[in-house]
Amino acid sequence: MSSVYDFIGGLVGFGLLEGTIQVLIWALEILAIAVPVALTVAYTTYAERRVIGWIQVRQGCNRVGPYGLLQPLADGLKLFMKETIIPARANKFLFVAAPVMALTPAMLAFAVVPFGETSLFGFWDEPHVMAIANLNVGILYIMAISSLAIYGILMAGWASNSKYALIGAIRATSQMISYEIAMGFSIVCVLILAGSLGLSDIVHAQDGGILHWYFIPLFPMFIVYFISGAAETNRSPFDLPEGEAELVAGFFVEYSGMWFAIFALAEYAAMILIALMTSILFLGGWHPPFEFLSFIPGTVWLLLKTSMLIFVFIWFRATFPRYRYDQVMRLGWKVFLPWTLAWIAVIGLATYAEQIHENLSFISDVIGFYQPWR
Amino acid sequence: MNLIKRHLKTWLLWELVMGLALTGRYLFKKKITVQYPEERTPLSPRFRGLHALRRYENGEERCIACKLCEVACPALAITIESEERADGSRRTTRYDIDMTKCIFCGFCVEACPVDAIVETQEFEYASETREALYYNKDMLLEVGKRYEPQIARNLASDARYQ
Amino acid sequence: MIEAGFFYLFGGMAILSALGVIISGNTMYSVMWLILCFFNASGLFFLLGAEFLGIILILIYVGAVMVLFMFVIMMLEVNKTAKREGWLQYLPVGGMIALILFIELVAAATSGIFTTDKMAMMSHYGGEVNNTVEIGKVLYTELLLGFEIAAIILLVALVGSIVLTLRERQDAKYQNISEQVKARKEDRLRKVSM
Repeated sequence: MSSVYDFIGGLVGFGLLEGTIQVLIWALEILAIAVPVALTVAYTTYAERRVIGWIQVRQGCNRVGPYGLLQPLADGLKLFMKETIIPARANKFLFVAAPVMALTPAMLAFAVVPFGETSLFGFWDEPHVMAIANLNVGILYIMAISSLAIYGILMAGWASNSKYALIGAIRATSQMISYEIAMGFSIVCVLILAGSLGLSDIVHAQDGGILHWYFIPLFPMFIVYFISGAAETNRSPFDLPEGEAELVAGFFVEYSGMWFAIFALAEYAAMILIALMTSILFLGGWHPPFEFLSFIPGTVWLLLKTSMLIFVFIWFRATFPRYRYDQVMRLGWKVFLPWTLAWIAVIGLATYAEQIHENLSFISDVIGFYQPWR
Repeated sequence: MNLIKRHLKTWLLWELVMGLALTGRYLFKKKITVQYPEERTPLSPRFRGLHALRRYENGEERCIACKLCEVACPALAITIESEERADGSRRTTRYDIDMTKCIFCGFCVEACPVDAIVETQEFEYASETREALYYNKDMLLEVGKRYEPQIARNLASDARYQ
Repeated sequence: MIEAGFFYLFGGMAILSALGVIISGNTMYSVMWLILCFFNASGLFFLLGAEFLGIILILIYVGAVMVLFMFVIMMLEVNKTAKREGWLQYLPVGGMIALILFIELVAAATSGIFTTDKMAMMSHYGGEVNNTVEIGKVLYTELLLGFEIAAIILLVALVGSIVLTLRERQDAKYQNISEQVKARKEDRLRKVSM
């Protein structure tokens, strides 16, 4: 990125103007990510309603605009018009702050997601990674930021001064913390293979066709990560925090109007993030599955994989009944956690198999196929 | 062998995959939604919709103000007042049906000895005010005038079961 | 210049929010202030070029530890009136601890160990040092014993707390999931000819 700053800086001279232009470029970069993300979030709700409708042999929303495409806008307009009710005995400040706390981390996390590589039609000599910040601890940043989403839910549950909201918040918290561990460990497997915490490095490590993608050596981790992602974002079949059968609507019972919608937006943004991360970590990011398909731009591939995973999330929701709460906890702690730990051991041992015994070197050769750092 | 098969099924999440396959098949099935304003489901001749008061072919009102419907009405939606008319016949001066109370049970239709009060197949009479749902005699006669062919057809088709 | 500005911003905010933790009357707000304090501390780490530590601070302390704090506080019935009682009684001990801490801090700051030229700034190694890699190397070579001992202590504490709180209830019915999964239609259903 710096060369473009230098280029523009050289054009307009240095000093204050350069600073202004840099800030402008940053703002443009942020807008270029934030606006499409917000639109995608809106249209994911549309896609969800349509797909679930089709699976249930219905039409889904098809009235507003052609094929119902304006439905998200109509929904947004309706929710904006609605009154925001703040319960009398709620903690007003936290009640209002909670949705913001829920949405902010979900949007912030997109700052380090690399959406592809571009040389801007030959403007740069070598391709640059398309991300607002190409952090070399990107994956940790995503983990840290997405773990902050809990606060929005906790604050909403506590500030509402309602027993249902409180129980929903408690459920959400314990569920998110439990599944974060499984997610973290399955990411560790990826890190052992890729040898870097940077998201673009992880994608580069999977260069060279579908056989190099990490979902092959790490298939159990791929499944664990994806299902934990569903649990982490409180998606069905793990949407117990909002289990309407017993908790009315869980942590956002007391919310109405736009503040309620913000929680929904945060949930969908988190879901899109999980889908993006799964395709970056396990499905080769912006690399095409076969070399001859590389004429299609990488970003298209990444978004294609991501939308496929989002579809699977929606498909899950249309298929599986909700878990019972103790079974959610059991799945997280007694099934996923041991599996991820075991797979870390397997991958770790396989990596250094040749140092254990010479005859085992073929194992480390196989795993070395996925480890460009060796 | 059985043990291996079972473990394989467990760890490959076989049951979940089967569930996903089922819903996946339904994704491509023909949708059964009836797109209401454009498409409609067929209505039975016995459909109980908006009420109507009928007239004889010579234009005389059928209703003789016997008030059987008023008595039969479980929701107390019907109010009838009657007087002797100039020609000496007994007729209603007031025949109100409160559609906000009516439960569309059809008892009034069954009670009527002269087939004066009937229920049409009309169900799209929603309004934005409550007042528009308080039907009086003129409105009911007007409904009867508008739907007379339909009412006659339905009565005829159902006649042999009465 | 900008770096110094950010340093004072983060440092000042950290101190202010730390004050907020002890001053604020609502326990929930105290936790919030503490979270803000951690954020600013992690900002200071970022300024020092230690992005790994900064992120880990947020991940562990804000993302996990403080959530559990909040979790506990949410379930407590906070009594607002009784809180200020008897603070004079604890004043001498508290004051003494504060004084000792202050003296220690001043002593450490003036001892010359923590001067800028001795701190491992990124600029000392050039820009190409990868913090994560370096920390990993140090942790798994020089500091391996301490690292492993700390890990074992944490594991023991974890197991201990589970053992202490786990009680087997005789009257409760437990589900045996593997038994349930094993069950087949043939085991449970019997065809009866009528």
